[in-house]
Amino acid sequence: MGARETVSSPLPSPDDLQARIQAERPYLLRYAALQLRDRDAAEDAVQETLLAALTGSSGFAGRSSLRTWLTGILKHKIVDHIRRSSREQAAPDPAEGDDADFDALFDRRGHWVDPPQAWENPEGALEQGRLRAVLEECLKGLPARTAQAFMMREHLGLDTPELCKALGVTPTHSWVLLYRARMALRLCLERNGFGR
Amino acid sequence: MMRSCKEVTRLVSQGEERDLGFLERVELRMHLAACRGCRNASDQLRFLRRAARSLQEEDEHTAGRA
Ligand SMILES: [Zn+2]
Repeated sequence: MGARETVSSPLPSPDDLQARIQAERPYLLRYAALQLRDRDAAEDAVQETLLAALTGSSGFAGRSSLRTWLTGILKHKIVDHIRRSSREQAAPDPAEGDDADFDALFDRRGHWVDPPQAWENPEGALEQGRLRAVLEECLKGLPARTAQAFMMREHLGLDTPELCKALGVTPTHSWVLLYRARMALRLCLERNGFGR
Repeated sequence: MMRSCKEVTRLVSQGEERDLGFLERVELRMHLAACRGCRNASDQLRFLRRAARSLQEEDEHTAGRA
């Protein structure tokens, strides 16, 4: 993990804090857009976050970095937005064409055509931050709900009931989405030269 | 090998979400012991979790890093 911000300095003045909160806006917008996949929804979620932060900035105790604190608020707003949009549009049934996208990977008996090779030092790439840009690009290539399922599960850490509630789907459906996301991302990383 | 590689990748993914049954666990373990492609895929599917966690920048100090 990266070096923690030192907190020996006194808490900033309110004006200063306000400016620093505003300065985080571009980062938060990028973070929200990656998960919401919709510019307007991302703008809304960030706006709500900044508002909550500015009115409740006493909640910022300076123990974590400002960015970590703001991102923590934004995470809840993101899940709220996904839940609302899932309620508006019913989820398409994933059963038809079940995993047909991966048919090319396997032969008729279901065995690898081209068995995956071990990746060279993936942890190292992770630590050096080389992975982030590739993973973000790969996520953008997924269908929105597939990407949302993956990010809510693996990034935000929601469990199956929470995930189902947010997406308005059955557990089985959520597992199909996660399987597709993981398989597609694994393949995408590999095709972009990751692990070699 | 009773399970195909395709089924095994699905089991690996589901194993992150639910408790696999006894038979599923045995079949999974047997297949993975014999199939290097699925072992690699399994490691990589699980690695994605740690990768996903890294998509958040911890604080301002890492922000400027390309
Ligand atoms: Zn196999």
